[in-house]
Amino acid sequence: MEIPLIVGAGLVVIGVGMGIGKIGGSAMEAIARQPEAYGKIQTAMLIAAALIEGIGFAALFAV
Amino acid sequence: MKRIFTALFALLLATIAFANPTVKEKETNGSVKDEIKAYIQHHLKDSHDFYLGSYKEDGKKHYVGYVGLPIIIWDNGLNIFSSSKFEHGKAVVQKGTNYYKLYHGKIYKTDAAGTITYDDAHHPTNEKPLDLSITKSVLTMLLTALLMFFLFRSLARSYSKNGNIAMGIGRFFEPIILYVRDDIAIPNIGQKHHGRYMSFLLTVFFFIWFLNLLGLTPLGINVTGNIAVTFGLALITFLLTNLTANKNYWAHIFWMPGVPVLMKIALIPIELLGVIIKPFSLLIRLYANMQAGHIVLMSLIGLMFIFNNWLGTSLSFALAFAISIIELLVALLQAYIFTMLSALYFGFAVEEHHEEAH
Amino acid sequence: MEKLLGEFSFGLFIWQTVIVTALILLLRKFAWKPILNTINEREEGIRSAMESAEEARQEMQHLQADNERILKEARAEREGLLKEARELRQKMIDDAKEEAKAQSEQLLAQAKEAIENEKQVAITSLKNEVADLSLQIAESLTKEHLSSDKKQTELVQKLLKEVDLKA
Repeated sequence: MEIPLIVGAGLVVIGVGMGIGKIGGSAMEAIARQPEAYGKIQTAMLIAAALIEGIGFAALFAV
Repeated sequence: MKRIFTALFALLLATIAFANPTVKEKETNGSVKDEIKAYIQHHLKDSHDFYLGSYKEDGKKHYVGYVGLPIIIWDNGLNIFSSSKFEHGKAVVQKGTNYYKLYHGKIYKTDAAGTITYDDAHHPTNEKPLDLSITKSVLTMLLTALLMFFLFRSLARSYSKNGNIAMGIGRFFEPIILYVRDDIAIPNIGQKHHGRYMSFLLTVFFFIWFLNLLGLTPLGINVTGNIAVTFGLALITFLLTNLTANKNYWAHIFWMPGVPVLMKIALIPIELLGVIIKPFSLLIRLYANMQAGHIVLMSLIGLMFIFNNWLGTSLSFALAFAISIIELLVALLQAYIFTMLSALYFGFAVEEHHEEAH
Repeated sequence: MEKLLGEFSFGLFIWQTVIVTALILLLRKFAWKPILNTINEREEGIRSAMESAEEARQEMQHLQADNERILKEARAEREGLLKEARELRQKMIDDAKEEAKAQSEQLLAQAKEAIENEKQVAITSLKNEVADLSLQIAESLTKEHLSSDKKQTELVQKLLKEVDLKA
């Protein structure tokens, strides 16, 4: 049986969602722990999220 | 600040009021759906002409505020004519011995009757001339570029007139310029080298931001949600990164320091792939975000006409309104991320010595 | 991916690249460079103003410290001078006292010596006087009592010797 491509894309998107969620959650915790480092944490979070997001897009456009 | 927000809200309201003049008459649900789908598909693409809206009457399509844009075709010689000659794809334009026809937003070479041949997947197989037309996106970019040029030149001039203090709209933009320098360029590139990239980062930041915001206006232009545009932007980042890179950067790609020799060889293709993937993810991210935003927003607006009852329509209106506000944020966020990641890549390229931290 | 390639419009790409490159170059010349230069200048101005203010503050502190130090030194000097003067006075008084004492002692000693000399002289003259007197007395006495001169002189001599011893 052949699995449609969209299923794979969906799986990737689930993974990407979990990854970005984890990054966001950790960033929240880090900000709560060190509110003075807010800017740096936010920057690092956005970069990490953006890099993972790229994988998600790659999967979506592979379909 | 308050005035700007008020203006943006007015624009948003206008978006919702004007966005969908196509769907006027009551039809069966299915055909409205199809029409909305076609409308969204059409909107997402670049187009060769500009109009504020269209409606159907007596089976004929009428266009409101139609402006023909210049068509420039390079086909063994330059051909320039107005896009109104295509009559929205219905007419065949003859230039010399060549015939051209507009089909789904693209220009094809045809015979005098305008025959278009298809392959199995219903893609036209006709020859495509090199199309350098001033399309809606090109026109928008030109206008944005003009706007930016006069805006920032006036800011630069207001300094000398006003004793190094910004005047008028510059007071709004100066902190943003400072933010780009102090929070995007310097932390990522470093104090020493950031000056070289400031022009690119500032230009790209404001260019993407303004185009994203223009995409939210009722003019219905989707420039940054166009793969060719984002490809062009990412290509400049790619070229700048690799042309200004120092030997440290290349050493990290071809001979990663601090790992065994076998590992070094194994890392070369991965690192080379990374060089391509980095700007590629930039172009895809911007494209996909803007495209997705437009699809969601327009689908929600379309839902208002599909529901066609007070509850569903007002619900989709509320949702569309909320998404519009989120899209305002996304417009800024995507410009920020593009600039930020470009700065990060430049930072990799000019890094002096690598800390042994990782 | 096929959709992406299908949507890719080469003309748009060329226009976009040309527009953005031109915009970057134009804005760099007419906007970003002047703006960033002005901002840098302004920041530099603020920094140098802050620095000079800090310098002035430090100089003020230095001046104040100097003033205080000079005042302290002057006070110490005055103290020293006063002390020296006091000591000098004491010394002068002491010296004068000493000298006066020495002088009076010397005078006393001289007076004593003079007195002693006078006494000696007086005693000697007295002795002679006494001897003469006794001789006269004895002469007058012996003139009557003694016939022989020789015997009389012997007696007188003997008597005189006794008188001398007693004196």
